[in-house]
Amino acid sequence: MIRTERLEKSFGKLHVLKGIDVEFKAGQVVSVIGHNGSGKTTLIKCILGMVLADKGNIYVDEKSIAGDFRYRENIGYMPQIGHYPENMKIGQIFRMMKDLRKNADVLDESLMEEYKLSELFEKPMHALSGGTTQKVSASLAFLFNPKVLILDEPTAGLDPLAAEILKTKIIEAKSKGKLVIITSHIMSEVEEMADTVMYLYEGKVNFYNSVTELKKQTGEEKVGKAIAKIMKESAHV
Amino acid sequence: MFKIAKYVMYDILRSKVLIAYSLFLLLVSFSLFSMEENSSKSLISLMSVVMIIVPLVSIIFSTTYFYNAYQFIELLVAQPISRSSILLGEFLGVSVSLLTALLIGVGIPVLIYAPDSTGFVLMISGFALTLSFISLAFFSSVAMRDKAKGIGMSLMLWFYFSVIYDGLVLGILFSFNEYPLEKAVIALASFNPIDLGRIIILMKMDISALMGLTGAVYKQFFGSSFGIIYSLSIMLMWIITPLLIALRIFKKKNL
Repeated sequence: MIRTERLEKSFGKLHVLKGIDVEFKAGQVVSVIGHNGSGKTTLIKCILGMVLADKGNIYVDEKSIAGDFRYRENIGYMPQIGHYPENMKIGQIFRMMKDLRKNADVLDESLMEEYKLSELFEKPMHALSGGTTQKVSASLAFLFNPKVLILDEPTAGLDPLAAEILKTKIIEAKSKGKLVIITSHIMSEVEEMADTVMYLYEGKVNFYNSVTELKKQTGEEKVGKAIAKIMKESAHV
Repeated sequence: MFKIAKYVMYDILRSKVLIAYSLFLLLVSFSLFSMEENSSKSLISLMSVVMIIVPLVSIIFSTTYFYNAYQFIELLVAQPISRSSILLGEFLGVSVSLLTALLIGVGIPVLIYAPDSTGFVLMISGFALTLSFISLAFFSSVAMRDKAKGIGMSLMLWFYFSVIYDGLVLGILFSFNEYPLEKAVIALASFNPIDLGRIIILMKMDISALMGLTGAVYKQFFGSSFGIIYSLSIMLMWIITPLLIALRIFKKKNL
Protein backbone atom coordinates (compact mmCIF):
# COMPACT_ATOMS: atom_id res chain seq x y z
CA MET A 1 0.00 0.00 0.00
CA ILE A 2 2.82 2.39 0.88
CA ARG A 3 6.28 1.74 -0.47
CA THR A 4 9.42 3.82 -0.12
CA GLU A 5 12.39 3.49 -2.40
CA ARG A 6 15.91 4.55 -1.39
CA LEU A 7 14.48 7.47 0.55
CA GLU A 8 17.05 10.06 1.62
CA LYS A 9 16.67 13.32 3.47
CA SER A 10 19.10 15.78 4.97
CA PHE A 11 18.48 18.91 6.96
CA GLY A 12 21.58 20.94 6.26
CA LYS A 13 24.52 18.81 7.37
CA LEU A 14 22.31 16.45 9.32
CA HIS A 15 21.70 13.30 7.28
CA VAL A 16 18.42 12.07 8.78
CA LEU A 17 17.24 9.37 6.39
CA LYS A 18 19.93 7.33 4.66
CA GLY A 19 18.12 5.20 2.13
CA ILE A 20 14.87 3.74 3.44
CA ASP A 21 13.33 0.84 1.52
CA VAL A 22 10.16 -0.46 3.14
CA GLU A 23 6.73 -1.60 2.17
CA PHE A 24 3.65 -1.28 4.36
CA LYS A 25 0.61 -3.40 3.49
CA ALA A 26 -3.07 -3.04 4.24
CA GLY A 27 -4.16 -4.72 7.46
CA GLN A 28 -0.81 -4.20 9.13
CA VAL A 29 -0.20 -2.34 12.34
CA VAL A 30 3.40 -1.23 12.06
CA SER A 31 5.21 0.15 15.05
CA VAL A 32 8.09 2.41 14.10
CA ILE A 33 10.62 2.58 16.88
CA GLY A 34 14.02 4.14 17.28
CA HIS A 35 16.05 6.55 19.38
CA ASN A 36 15.07 10.17 19.58
CA GLY A 37 16.21 11.78 16.37
CA SER A 38 16.49 8.50 14.47
CA GLY A 39 14.24 9.85 11.70
CA LYS A 40 10.83 8.45 12.69
CA THR A 41 8.94 11.70 12.41
CA THR A 42 10.87 12.70 9.29
CA LEU A 43 9.88 9.43 7.62
CA ILE A 44 6.23 10.03 8.52
CA LYS A 45 6.35 13.61 7.30
CA CYS A 46 7.90 12.44 4.04
CA ILE A 47 5.00 10.04 3.50
CA LEU A 48 2.58 12.87 4.25
CA GLY A 49 4.34 15.21 1.85
CA MET A 50 5.04 17.73 4.62
CA VAL A 51 8.76 17.20 4.12
CA LEU A 52 10.07 16.62 0.62
CA ALA A 53 12.70 13.89 0.28
CA ASP A 54 16.03 14.70 -1.36
CA LYS A 55 16.34 11.38 -3.15
CA GLY A 56 14.20 8.32 -3.69
CA ASN A 57 10.49 7.83 -4.18
CA ILE A 58 7.38 7.09 -2.19
CA TYR A 59 4.49 5.18 -3.72
CA VAL A 60 1.00 5.05 -2.29
CA ASP A 61 -1.12 2.44 -4.05
CA GLU A 62 1.68 2.10 -6.63
CA LYS A 63 1.46 5.78 -7.56
CA SER A 64 4.34 8.13 -6.86
CA ILE A 65 3.34 10.90 -4.47
CA ALA A 66 5.69 13.46 -6.05
CA GLY A 67 3.65 16.48 -7.10
CA ASP A 68 0.41 14.81 -6.01
CA PHE A 69 -1.85 15.75 -3.13
CA ARG A 70 -5.01 13.71 -3.70
CA TYR A 71 -3.45 10.59 -2.24
CA ARG A 72 -3.77 12.26 1.17
CA GLU A 73 -7.53 11.68 0.95
CA ASN A 74 -6.71 8.14 2.06
CA ILE A 75 -4.54 9.16 4.99
CA GLY A 76 -5.49 10.25 8.47
CA TYR A 77 -2.65 11.83 10.41
CA MET A 78 -2.33 12.46 14.10
CA PRO A 79 0.72 14.62 14.83
CA GLN A 80 2.93 14.27 17.88
CA ILE A 81 2.00 17.78 18.97
CA GLY A 82 -1.08 19.12 17.26
CA HIS A 83 -0.86 22.74 16.17
CA TYR A 84 -4.20 24.37 15.56
CA PRO A 85 -5.30 27.93 14.84
CA GLU A 86 -5.44 29.30 18.35
CA ASN A 87 -8.47 31.51 18.15
CA MET A 88 -10.71 28.89 16.60
CA LYS A 89 -13.05 26.81 18.71
CA ILE A 90 -13.08 23.00 18.67
CA GLY A 91 -16.41 22.93 16.87
CA GLN A 92 -15.14 25.32 14.23
CA ILE A 93 -12.09 23.16 13.63
CA PHE A 94 -14.26 20.11 13.03
CA ARG A 95 -16.66 22.02 10.79
CA MET A 96 -13.78 23.51 8.82
CA MET A 97 -12.07 20.16 8.29
CA LYS A 98 -15.32 18.62 7.07
CA ASP A 99 -15.80 21.58 4.76
CA LEU A 100 -12.25 21.40 3.38
CA ARG A 101 -12.23 17.61 2.92
CA LYS A 102 -15.46 16.54 1.37
CA ASN A 103 -14.15 13.18 0.26
CA ALA A 104 -15.50 10.95 3.00
CA ASP A 105 -18.60 8.95 2.17
CA VAL A 106 -19.17 7.95 5.74
CA LEU A 107 -17.80 10.05 8.56
CA ASP A 108 -16.47 8.18 11.54
CA GLU A 109 -17.37 10.33 14.52
CA SER A 110 -17.15 7.55 17.11
CA LEU A 111 -13.92 8.84 18.69
CA MET A 112 -15.34 12.34 18.87
CA GLU A 113 -18.37 10.97 20.67
CA GLU A 114 -16.41 8.72 23.00
CA TYR A 115 -14.18 11.62 24.00
CA LYS A 116 -17.32 13.75 24.47
CA LEU A 117 -15.76 16.52 22.40
CA SER A 118 -19.11 17.93 21.34
CA GLU A 119 -19.54 19.18 24.91
CA LEU A 120 -16.37 21.22 24.47
CA PHE A 121 -17.25 22.56 21.01
CA GLU A 122 -17.38 26.15 22.26
CA LYS A 123 -13.91 26.03 23.84
CA PRO A 124 -11.17 27.89 21.99
CA MET A 125 -8.12 25.84 21.00
CA HIS A 126 -5.65 27.91 23.01
CA ALA A 127 -7.51 27.10 26.23
CA LEU A 128 -7.16 23.33 25.81
CA SER A 129 -4.87 21.08 27.79
CA GLY A 130 -2.30 18.99 25.94
CA GLY A 131 -4.40 15.87 26.42
CA THR A 132 -7.57 17.41 25.01
CA THR A 133 -5.62 18.69 22.02
CA GLN A 134 -4.44 15.11 21.47
CA LYS A 135 -8.05 13.93 21.62
CA VAL A 136 -8.95 16.45 18.94
CA SER A 137 -6.01 15.27 16.80
CA ALA A 138 -7.00 11.62 17.20
CA SER A 139 -10.64 12.28 16.37
CA LEU A 140 -9.65 14.25 13.28
CA ALA A 141 -7.33 11.48 12.10
CA PHE A 142 -10.13 8.90 12.23
CA LEU A 143 -12.92 11.25 11.13
CA PHE A 144 -12.71 10.68 7.39
CA ASN A 145 -12.51 6.91 7.53
CA PRO A 146 -9.11 6.78 5.81
CA LYS A 147 -7.45 3.61 4.55
CA VAL A 148 -4.15 4.58 6.15
CA LEU A 149 -3.69 5.94 9.65
CA ILE A 150 -0.43 7.54 10.65
CA LEU A 151 -0.19 8.18 14.37
CA ASP A 152 2.87 9.90 15.80
CA GLU A 153 3.14 9.01 19.51
CA PRO A 154 -0.63 8.76 19.81
CA THR A 155 -0.98 7.98 23.50
CA ALA A 156 1.59 10.46 24.82
CA GLY A 157 -0.31 12.95 26.95
CA LEU A 158 -3.58 11.03 26.99
CA ASP A 159 -5.07 9.87 30.26
CA PRO A 160 -5.29 6.06 30.71
CA LEU A 161 -8.97 5.94 29.83
CA ALA A 162 -8.55 8.01 26.66
CA ALA A 163 -5.49 5.98 25.69
CA GLU A 164 -7.48 2.77 26.12
CA ILE A 165 -10.27 4.11 23.87
CA LEU A 166 -7.72 4.99 21.22
CA LYS A 167 -6.06 1.56 21.41
CA THR A 168 -9.40 -0.17 20.94
CA LYS A 169 -10.02 2.07 17.96
CA ILE A 170 -6.65 1.17 16.45
CA ILE A 171 -7.28 -2.57 16.85
CA GLU A 172 -10.70 -2.10 15.29
CA ALA A 173 -9.10 -0.27 12.34
CA LYS A 174 -6.73 -3.20 11.84
CA SER A 175 -9.62 -5.66 11.76
CA LYS A 176 -11.20 -3.52 9.04
CA GLY A 177 -8.09 -4.03 6.93
CA LYS A 178 -6.59 -0.60 7.37
CA LEU A 179 -2.90 0.14 7.50
CA VAL A 180 -1.86 1.74 10.78
CA ILE A 181 1.60 3.20 11.27
CA ILE A 182 2.43 4.13 14.86
CA THR A 183 5.52 5.55 16.45
CA SER A 184 5.69 4.88 20.13
CA HIS A 185 8.20 4.58 22.92
CA ILE A 186 5.88 2.61 25.14
CA MET A 187 6.73 -1.06 24.65
CA SER A 188 3.61 -2.49 26.28
CA GLU A 189 1.59 -0.64 23.66
CA VAL A 190 3.69 -2.02 20.87
CA GLU A 191 3.04 -5.46 22.31
CA GLU A 192 -0.71 -4.81 22.49
CA MET A 193 -1.31 -3.34 19.08
CA ALA A 194 1.47 -3.90 16.58
CA ASP A 195 1.98 -7.00 14.49
CA THR A 196 5.07 -5.65 12.76
CA VAL A 197 8.04 -3.77 14.15
CA MET A 198 10.27 -1.44 12.22
CA TYR A 199 13.41 -0.32 13.99
CA LEU A 200 15.12 2.78 12.62
CA TYR A 201 18.73 3.23 13.60
CA GLU A 202 20.62 6.34 12.50
CA GLY A 203 18.48 6.83 9.43
CA LYS A 204 18.48 3.23 8.26
CA VAL A 205 16.08 0.36 8.68
CA ASN A 206 17.82 -1.92 11.14
CA PHE A 207 15.01 -4.40 11.62
CA TYR A 208 11.69 -4.79 9.84
CA ASN A 209 9.73 -7.91 10.56
CA SER A 210 6.71 -9.33 12.30
CA VAL A 211 6.48 -9.44 16.07
CA THR A 212 6.54 -13.24 16.11
CA GLU A 213 9.71 -13.24 14.02
CA LEU A 214 11.23 -10.66 16.36
CA LYS A 215 10.56 -12.85 19.38
CA LYS A 216 11.91 -15.91 17.61
CA GLN A 217 15.12 -14.20 16.51
CA THR A 218 15.95 -12.80 19.90
CA GLY A 219 14.59 -15.71 21.93
CA GLU A 220 12.70 -13.30 24.18
CA GLU A 221 9.10 -13.61 25.30
CA LYS A 222 8.40 -9.91 25.69
CA VAL A 223 8.52 -7.43 22.83
CA GLY A 224 10.15 -4.84 25.07
CA LYS A 225 13.07 -7.07 25.92
CA ALA A 226 13.42 -8.28 22.36
CA ILE A 227 13.62 -4.72 21.08
CA ALA A 228 16.07 -3.73 23.79
CA LYS A 229 18.26 -6.62 22.67
CA ILE A 230 18.20 -5.47 19.05
CA MET A 231 18.91 -1.90 20.10
CA LYS A 232 21.93 -3.00 22.09
CA GLU A 233 23.23 -5.15 19.25
CA SER A 234 22.92 -2.35 16.72
CA ALA A 235 24.71 0.03 19.07
CA HIS A 236 27.66 -2.36 19.28
CA VAL A 237 28.08 -2.74 15.53
CA MET B 1 -8.47 27.87 -2.56
CA PHE B 2 -11.61 29.95 -2.08
CA LYS B 3 -12.60 27.98 0.98
CA ILE B 4 -9.20 28.64 2.53
CA ALA B 5 -9.55 32.32 1.65
CA LYS B 6 -12.92 32.29 3.37
CA TYR B 7 -11.42 30.96 6.62
CA VAL B 8 -8.53 33.42 6.41
CA MET B 9 -10.93 36.35 6.06
CA TYR B 10 -13.06 35.01 8.85
CA ASP B 11 -9.97 34.87 11.04
CA ILE B 12 -8.74 38.37 10.11
CA LEU B 13 -12.14 39.97 10.63
CA ARG B 14 -12.10 38.86 14.24
CA SER B 15 -8.79 40.58 14.94
CA LYS B 16 -9.18 44.24 15.76
CA VAL B 17 -6.13 45.32 13.77
CA LEU B 18 -7.99 45.53 10.48
CA ILE B 19 -10.82 47.55 11.99
CA ALA B 20 -8.31 49.92 13.58
CA TYR B 21 -6.60 50.32 10.19
CA SER B 22 -9.87 51.17 8.43
CA LEU B 23 -10.85 53.66 11.13
CA PHE B 24 -7.43 55.29 11.04
CA LEU B 25 -7.58 55.74 7.26
CA LEU B 26 -11.12 57.03 7.55
CA LEU B 27 -10.08 59.58 10.17
CA VAL B 28 -7.06 60.77 8.15
CA SER B 29 -9.06 61.05 4.92
CA PHE B 30 -11.95 62.95 6.45
CA SER B 31 -9.73 65.35 8.33
CA LEU B 32 -7.62 66.07 5.23
CA PHE B 33 -10.70 66.70 3.12
CA SER B 34 -12.33 68.94 5.69
CA MET B 35 -9.19 71.04 6.24
CA GLU B 36 -8.92 72.18 2.61
CA GLU B 37 -11.54 73.86 0.49
CA ASN B 38 -9.87 72.63 -2.69
CA SER B 39 -10.34 68.90 -2.95
CA SER B 40 -7.37 68.37 -5.28
CA LYS B 41 -5.05 69.84 -2.64
CA SER B 42 -6.43 67.40 -0.12
CA LEU B 43 -5.94 64.61 -2.61
CA ILE B 44 -2.24 65.41 -2.80
CA SER B 45 -1.91 65.30 0.99
CA LEU B 46 -3.95 62.13 1.07
CA MET B 47 -1.69 60.64 -1.58
CA SER B 48 1.40 61.33 0.53
CA VAL B 49 -0.21 59.58 3.48
CA VAL B 50 -1.44 56.66 1.39
CA MET B 51 1.97 56.18 -0.20
CA ILE B 52 3.60 55.73 3.22
CA ILE B 53 0.92 54.11 5.38
CA VAL B 54 -0.66 51.68 2.94
CA PRO B 55 2.55 49.84 1.95
CA LEU B 56 3.77 49.78 5.56
CA VAL B 57 0.56 48.38 7.03
CA SER B 58 0.09 45.94 4.14
CA ILE B 59 3.54 44.43 4.40
CA ILE B 60 3.75 44.25 8.21
CA PHE B 61 0.19 43.04 8.71
CA SER B 62 0.56 40.32 6.06
CA THR B 63 3.92 39.13 7.39
CA THR B 64 2.71 38.82 10.99
CA TYR B 65 -0.51 37.23 9.81
CA PHE B 66 1.39 34.65 7.80
CA TYR B 67 3.54 33.63 10.76
CA ASN B 68 0.51 33.48 13.05
CA ALA B 69 -1.29 31.30 10.52
CA TYR B 70 1.65 28.90 10.41
CA GLN B 71 -0.21 26.35 12.53
CA PHE B 72 -3.19 26.56 10.24
CA ILE B 73 -0.91 26.02 7.24
CA GLU B 74 0.73 23.06 8.97
CA LEU B 75 -2.68 21.55 9.54
CA LEU B 76 -3.68 22.04 5.90
CA VAL B 77 -0.49 20.64 4.40
CA ALA B 78 -1.29 17.15 5.77
CA GLN B 79 -4.73 17.30 4.13
CA PRO B 80 -5.56 16.52 0.51
CA ILE B 81 -5.06 20.12 -0.55
CA SER B 82 -2.34 21.27 -2.93
CA ARG B 83 0.27 23.64 -1.62
CA SER B 84 -0.49 26.20 -4.31
CA SER B 85 -4.11 26.46 -3.25
CA ILE B 86 -3.02 26.85 0.38
CA LEU B 87 -0.68 29.75 -0.39
CA LEU B 88 -2.95 31.39 -2.96
CA GLY B 89 -5.91 30.98 -0.64
CA GLU B 90 -3.98 32.74 2.12
CA PHE B 91 -3.01 35.50 -0.32
CA LEU B 92 -6.57 35.93 -1.53
CA GLY B 93 -7.94 36.09 2.01
CA VAL B 94 -5.40 38.68 3.19
CA SER B 95 -5.82 40.70 -0.02
CA VAL B 96 -9.60 40.88 0.12
CA SER B 97 -9.45 41.93 3.78
CA LEU B 98 -6.88 44.69 3.29
CA LEU B 99 -8.52 45.96 0.08
CA THR B 100 -11.84 46.18 1.89
CA ALA B 101 -10.20 48.20 4.66
CA LEU B 102 -8.72 50.56 2.07
CA LEU B 103 -12.03 50.82 0.25
CA ILE B 104 -13.79 51.81 3.47
CA GLY B 105 -11.01 54.03 4.84
CA VAL B 106 -10.10 55.96 1.70
CA GLY B 107 -12.70 54.95 -0.89
CA ILE B 108 -15.72 56.34 0.97
CA PRO B 109 -14.21 59.79 1.72
CA VAL B 110 -12.92 60.08 -1.85
CA LEU B 111 -16.35 59.18 -3.16
CA ILE B 112 -17.91 61.90 -1.02
CA TYR B 113 -15.39 64.74 -1.53
CA ALA B 114 -13.56 64.04 -4.79
CA PRO B 115 -15.51 61.65 -6.97
CA ASP B 116 -13.47 62.44 -10.08
CA SER B 117 -10.93 60.59 -12.18
CA THR B 118 -8.04 61.69 -9.94
CA GLY B 119 -9.72 60.15 -6.92
CA PHE B 120 -10.30 57.01 -8.95
CA VAL B 121 -6.62 56.83 -9.93
CA LEU B 122 -5.63 57.31 -6.29
CA MET B 123 -7.76 54.32 -5.36
CA ILE B 124 -6.31 52.19 -8.16
CA SER B 125 -2.77 53.05 -7.06
CA GLY B 126 -3.66 52.28 -3.45
CA PHE B 127 -5.11 48.90 -4.42
CA ALA B 128 -2.10 48.01 -6.56
CA LEU B 129 0.32 49.04 -3.81
CA THR B 130 -1.61 47.01 -1.23
CA LEU B 131 -1.45 43.91 -3.42
CA SER B 132 2.21 44.28 -4.31
CA PHE B 133 3.22 44.75 -0.67
CA ILE B 134 1.19 41.74 0.44
CA SER B 135 2.98 39.84 -2.29
CA LEU B 136 6.37 41.06 -0.99
CA ALA B 137 5.30 40.13 2.55
CA PHE B 138 4.49 36.59 1.45
CA PHE B 139 7.87 36.37 -0.19
CA SER B 140 9.75 37.34 2.97
CA SER B 141 7.59 35.16 5.24
CA VAL B 142 8.10 32.08 3.10
CA ALA B 143 11.80 32.75 2.63
CA MET B 144 12.54 33.21 6.34
CA ARG B 145 11.75 30.48 8.82
CA ASP B 146 12.16 32.74 11.81
CA LYS B 147 9.38 35.21 12.57
CA ALA B 148 11.68 38.00 13.74
CA LYS B 149 13.83 37.69 10.63
CA GLY B 150 10.77 37.66 8.39
CA ILE B 151 9.31 40.81 9.92
CA GLY B 152 12.75 42.42 9.81
CA MET B 153 13.07 41.63 6.15
CA SER B 154 9.61 43.05 5.45
CA LEU B 155 10.47 46.25 7.30
CA MET B 156 13.72 46.51 5.35
CA LEU B 157 11.85 46.08 2.06
CA TRP B 158 9.40 48.83 2.98
CA PHE B 159 12.20 51.12 4.17
CA TYR B 160 14.14 50.46 0.97
CA PHE B 161 11.22 51.25 -1.33
CA SER B 162 9.91 54.27 0.54
CA VAL B 163 13.13 55.94 1.70
CA ILE B 164 16.41 54.47 0.50
CA TYR B 165 15.42 54.04 -3.11
CA ASP B 166 14.49 57.70 -3.55
CA GLY B 167 17.80 58.68 -2.03
CA LEU B 168 19.64 56.44 -4.47
CA VAL B 169 17.73 57.88 -7.42
CA LEU B 170 18.51 61.39 -6.24
CA GLY B 171 22.17 60.45 -5.91
CA ILE B 172 22.24 59.05 -9.43
CA LEU B 173 20.55 62.14 -10.84
CA PHE B 174 23.06 64.43 -9.11
CA SER B 175 26.11 62.44 -10.13
CA PHE B 176 25.10 62.11 -13.75
CA ASN B 177 23.29 65.39 -14.25
CA GLU B 178 25.43 66.26 -17.24
CA TYR B 179 24.11 63.34 -19.22
CA PRO B 180 20.67 62.94 -20.80
CA LEU B 181 18.81 60.90 -18.19
CA GLU B 182 15.23 61.01 -19.47
CA LYS B 183 14.99 57.32 -20.34
CA ALA B 184 16.95 56.28 -17.29
CA VAL B 185 14.57 58.20 -15.04
CA ILE B 186 11.57 56.34 -16.44
CA ALA B 187 13.38 53.04 -16.03
CA LEU B 188 14.32 53.92 -12.45
CA ALA B 189 10.71 54.66 -11.57
CA SER B 190 9.67 51.20 -12.77
CA PHE B 191 11.88 49.54 -10.19
CA ASN B 192 9.88 50.91 -7.29
CA PRO B 193 6.15 50.30 -6.98
CA ILE B 194 5.68 53.27 -4.62
CA ASP B 195 7.31 55.71 -7.07
CA LEU B 196 5.28 54.25 -9.88
CA GLY B 197 2.05 54.64 -7.95
CA ARG B 198 2.91 58.24 -7.05
CA ILE B 199 3.79 59.16 -10.63
CA ILE B 200 0.55 57.70 -11.97
CA ILE B 201 -1.44 59.92 -9.59
CA LEU B 202 0.64 63.05 -10.17
CA MET B 203 0.27 62.70 -13.94
CA LYS B 204 -3.47 62.66 -13.48
CA MET B 205 -3.33 65.82 -11.38
CA ASP B 206 -1.65 67.96 -14.02
CA ILE B 207 0.90 69.39 -11.69
CA SER B 208 3.84 67.80 -13.47
CA ALA B 209 4.99 71.28 -14.49
CA LEU B 210 6.09 71.73 -10.89
CA MET B 211 8.58 68.96 -11.32
CA GLY B 212 10.68 70.68 -14.00
CA LEU B 213 12.24 68.84 -16.90
CA THR B 214 11.76 65.41 -15.33
CA GLY B 215 8.08 66.22 -14.94
CA ALA B 216 7.87 67.05 -18.62
CA VAL B 217 9.55 63.79 -19.54
CA TYR B 218 7.23 61.88 -17.19
CA LYS B 219 4.22 63.70 -18.60
CA GLN B 220 5.22 62.85 -22.14
CA PHE B 221 5.74 59.19 -21.30
CA PHE B 222 3.34 58.30 -18.50
CA GLY B 223 0.64 60.65 -19.80
CA SER B 224 0.43 58.80 -23.11
CA SER B 225 -1.87 55.82 -23.45
CA PHE B 226 1.18 53.60 -23.95
CA GLY B 227 2.59 54.98 -20.73
CA ILE B 228 -0.58 54.12 -18.82
CA ILE B 229 -0.58 50.55 -20.13
CA TYR B 230 3.14 50.34 -19.39
CA SER B 231 2.81 51.54 -15.80
CA LEU B 232 -0.18 49.32 -15.11
CA SER B 233 1.60 46.24 -16.44
CA ILE B 234 4.73 47.05 -14.40
CA MET B 235 2.48 47.38 -11.34
CA LEU B 236 1.01 43.99 -12.15
CA MET B 237 4.53 42.57 -12.37
CA TRP B 238 5.19 43.92 -8.88
CA ILE B 239 2.16 42.00 -7.64
CA ILE B 240 2.78 38.73 -9.48
CA THR B 241 6.56 38.27 -9.33
CA PRO B 242 7.12 38.16 -5.54
CA LEU B 243 4.07 35.91 -5.17
CA LEU B 244 5.34 33.49 -7.80
CA ILE B 245 8.76 33.32 -6.15
CA ALA B 246 7.04 32.74 -2.79
CA LEU B 247 4.98 29.95 -4.36
CA ARG B 248 8.09 28.28 -5.75
CA ILE B 249 9.80 28.33 -2.35
CA PHE B 250 6.65 27.23 -0.52
CA LYS B 251 6.17 24.18 -2.74
CA LYS B 252 9.61 22.88 -1.75
CA LYS B 253 9.48 23.96 1.87
CA ASN B 254 9.78 21.44 4.71
CA LEU B 255 7.08 22.02 7.26
